[in-house]
Amino acid sequence: MTLTYTGAQPLAAAEVETIRADFPILHRTVGDGAQLAYLDSGASSQRPKQVLQAEYDFATTSYAAVHRGAHTLAGEATDAFEDAREAVARFVGVPAQGLIWLRNATEGLNVLAAALSDPQAGRYALQPGDEILITELEHHANLVPWQQAAARTGAKLRWIPLTDDGRLDLANIDELINRRTKVVAFAHASNVLGTVLPVAELVAKAKAVGALTVLDACQSVPHLPVNLTELGVDAAVFSGHKMLGPTGIGCLAARPELLDALPPVLTGGSMVELVTMETATFREAPQRFEAGTPPVAQAVALHAAVNYLSGVGMDRIAAREHQLAQLMLDGLAGVEGVRVIGPHTAENRTATVAFAVEGVHPHDVGQVLDAAGIAVRVGHHCAQPVHRRFGVNASTRASAYLYTTDAEVERFVQALGTVRGFFGRS
Amino acid sequence: MSSLEALYQQVILDHSKEKHGRTDLADDEMFDPASTARSRQYNPLCGDEVTLQVTLGEQDVREIAWTGEGCSISQAATSVLHDLVVGKPVEEARSILADYRTMLRSRGAGTPDEEVLGDAVAFAGVSRHANRVKCAILGWTAFEDALLRIEAARPTAKEA
Repeated sequence: MTLTYTGAQPLAAAEVETIRADFPILHRTVGDGAQLAYLDSGASSQRPKQVLQAEYDFATTSYAAVHRGAHTLAGEATDAFEDAREAVARFVGVPAQGLIWLRNATEGLNVLAAALSDPQAGRYALQPGDEILITELEHHANLVPWQQAAARTGAKLRWIPLTDDGRLDLANIDELINRRTKVVAFAHASNVLGTVLPVAELVAKAKAVGALTVLDACQSVPHLPVNLTELGVDAAVFSGHKMLGPTGIGCLAARPELLDALPPVLTGGSMVELVTMETATFREAPQRFEAGTPPVAQAVALHAAVNYLSGVGMDRIAAREHQLAQLMLDGLAGVEGVRVIGPHTAENRTATVAFAVEGVHPHDVGQVLDAAGIAVRVGHHCAQPVHRRFGVNASTRASAYLYTTDAEVERFVQALGTVRGFFGRS
Repeated sequence: MSSLEALYQQVILDHSKEKHGRTDLADDEMFDPASTARSRQYNPLCGDEVTLQVTLGEQDVREIAWTGEGCSISQAATSVLHDLVVGKPVEEARSILADYRTMLRSRGAGTPDEEVLGDAVAFAGVSRHANRVKCAILGWTAFEDALLRIEAARPTAKEA
């Protein structure tokens, strides 16, 4: 699958400025008065006024506990909560009953891995000798839960290796996806390398052997048009705070019939039908997986976030970010001593670019950039194995979003050019 | 002076290049646990690590050798530690460590004693950067841990 953006017009500079006016935080200064250039949206995106206003309006007009109580506020709050579910589900192309609200995407992957490790999962339950296949570029959230699932069930964890330019090495894919493979879990887009993975190819091969597919869509849903039903995956997770929404909410989307076949993982109030002192029966999805008070205000705010993104147009955002990825790669190629970790071309790549600066540790790179107002992420970005694969402990990562300007990328590249000199490495 | 220069004092930039006491530590080296110990410390935020080996004499810190990967702050802080405590009585080294930790936790409010901390006062600026304090303390934590290990291996030390 090749991503092409010929169908959509990238956001024009004036449109980006209009968008920026909705984000108060982007106009602040940092340190000694430098104008902020926020290039850390891959970690967490900023929120527009519309999202903050939606949460404020909800809290000041309709807030109450949902799915209980007969009073007006309880009814309005439940409607707002379930409207949000429908809107977010529509945004990613799944039915509302297949969208589960959780604390974050990490919780979604843990719930899935734990449910599949439970013998009550029946024909989906992992067994000794089964194989779980992931990739070498996964975020720890799509790695450690599967390590734990393997440890609990006796299944074997395997992974697809990477090529030197940060793409999947599919040379042995027909051996890696085989009749023992029960789960194929992979990122849609890497949070470090920016690589967009070949979802259609992996899904087709997984389906051919009857394996479930699980997509970590945290780095794709905010940046690309994503229709999970068209992609054909059995389950996916994504996170509210990376897509203009609040922290404290993540989504697990899955085929409703899969969800109804899996045992609940978190249990308690709200997810049960009949409870006796000895036993309980469980509701259908999505409530089956939503024990306790859900993130109500966060869901309402996330609804506003997907409205905002849809209003701009995901295809146009993707086209704009493709430009930004190209601009970042071109800029970094011109800085001496900088090595991009990940694909060097913008094809099938997001505007998330990790790199190493020769002789300077990422913490120090980030500190010099911060002094110039430029916010980037430093460290291993919750993906130690992929760093080890490329021979480093950590990297610096710049990640753009719909509100990023060309001028910010240029300032970032210019400031990066001063780093090695500051530490006497050039 | 910019805030960047306030953080990266020349002493820090120099030590980050010179790395006093840094050496290759052989994995299989045998040593007497009553006088020598090693500690490996790890920063889960960035994956930085330092392995530091301390050898004590009768009363003094005889030798420090260390290796590891890290940012200029963590490398310089371990280098300064080496210069500051080698040859000093163990009790004085502990007191320097306590003062250093207090300085780093001061959030920029403390007035470090240069008589005690010497070159380590250059790290006072780090205390204003909450996400870098761990970098500056990494090697020092290894030093403290190694001292505790030696102490544990010499049960009579306290009685003496």
